[in-house]
Amino acid sequence: MIRSEILKHIAPILDGQLAVCNIGIPSQELHAIHDQASNFYMLGTMGLASSIGLGLALAQPKTVIAIDGDGSVLTNLGTLPTIANNVANNFILLIIDNGSYGSTGDQPTYAGMKTKLEDVARACGCENVIACAAEDTGTTLQAAIDSGKQTVIVCKCESGNAKMPVITMDPVTIRDRFMGAVKA
Amino acid sequence: MNISEKLVADFAANDVGFITTVPCKQLAGVIDAVEAHPDIRHIPANKEDEGMGLCAGAFMGGTRSAIIMQNTAIGVTINTLVTLIQYYRIPLPMLISYRGELREPVACQAEMAVHTKALLAQLNIPTYHFHKLSDADEFDAILKYTFMCNKPVAILTDASFWGGYGE
Ligand SMILES: [Mg+2]
Repeated sequence: MIRSEILKHIAPILDGQLAVCNIGIPSQELHAIHDQASNFYMLGTMGLASSIGLGLALAQPKTVIAIDGDGSVLTNLGTLPTIANNVANNFILLIIDNGSYGSTGDQPTYAGMKTKLEDVARACGCENVIACAAEDTGTTLQAAIDSGKQTVIVCKCESGNAKMPVITMDPVTIRDRFMGAVKA
Repeated sequence: MNISEKLVADFAANDVGFITTVPCKQLAGVIDAVEAHPDIRHIPANKEDEGMGLCAGAFMGGTRSAIIMQNTAIGVTINTLVTLIQYYRIPLPMLISYRGELREPVACQAEMAVHTKALLAQLNIPTYHFHKLSDADEFDAILKYTFMCNKPVAILTDASFWGGYGE
């Protein structure tokens, strides 16, 4: 499975949930597969989906799912100690780990080599860290939501991108409708 | 109430309930006051761009947020300021230690100080410079301005404002 197939597979679970999505092709794929007001598309600023998601989870009670990638987590590796030491039990970090920088031409990341992000997350102090196969992402994500515990999921999948249109929605519109969904 | 407590009390009076900090010796007293304030959640960040992401999330969650950092962070965070904070029009007070100004003992700090205001001007970020203690009288108005216009706003606080750099 590639990332877009995982997003299709978990779309029914994401329905109605607050989702903060990683920059580039991941956001384009999520937008094309299941656009909703409760999706926040990060159009710039690689690496910050997990930070935005944690800040959001700490500030309000609804479940927040940050959909991140291996390359983006490596870019902002400092996020994992911050997540571990500021536990928000309504926060789920879903790292779709395809071992490559998908949005920039599938160059390999270190996560696809010696570095295991689930081990990094545990070493940083994250308490509920689950590595799963791509096809188990749905059940793992649903169990994490139901657990009411801060969870980091590293789902391993193949490298590859679906051809989806660029998001043309204005950023202020994205933020405004997202904040409406947060408050609803 | 000392100056650190006054600045933090102004944050709280303007409903800022979430502050991220990256440490600075000059701002140590403010950071302690943030940590001690009962109405403010203090989240130390490992890097300033990470901190701005946390602030953006908290703001979208309905809590006004702010960041406390050094002026060196302007160099670190230009992309985040432009493509997250400004692009999505997120209000963000940035209380900044203006290292490298008069009474600075560390020469390297002057290298970033000479670029600080030029970079902020290039980014069209409203910038206030606290040099004397009485300059902080405007802090409350600066916070109100920030949340009125939905912009990042820089408050540079130099060594003279803080009464020297440990000399
Ligand atoms: Mg990747």
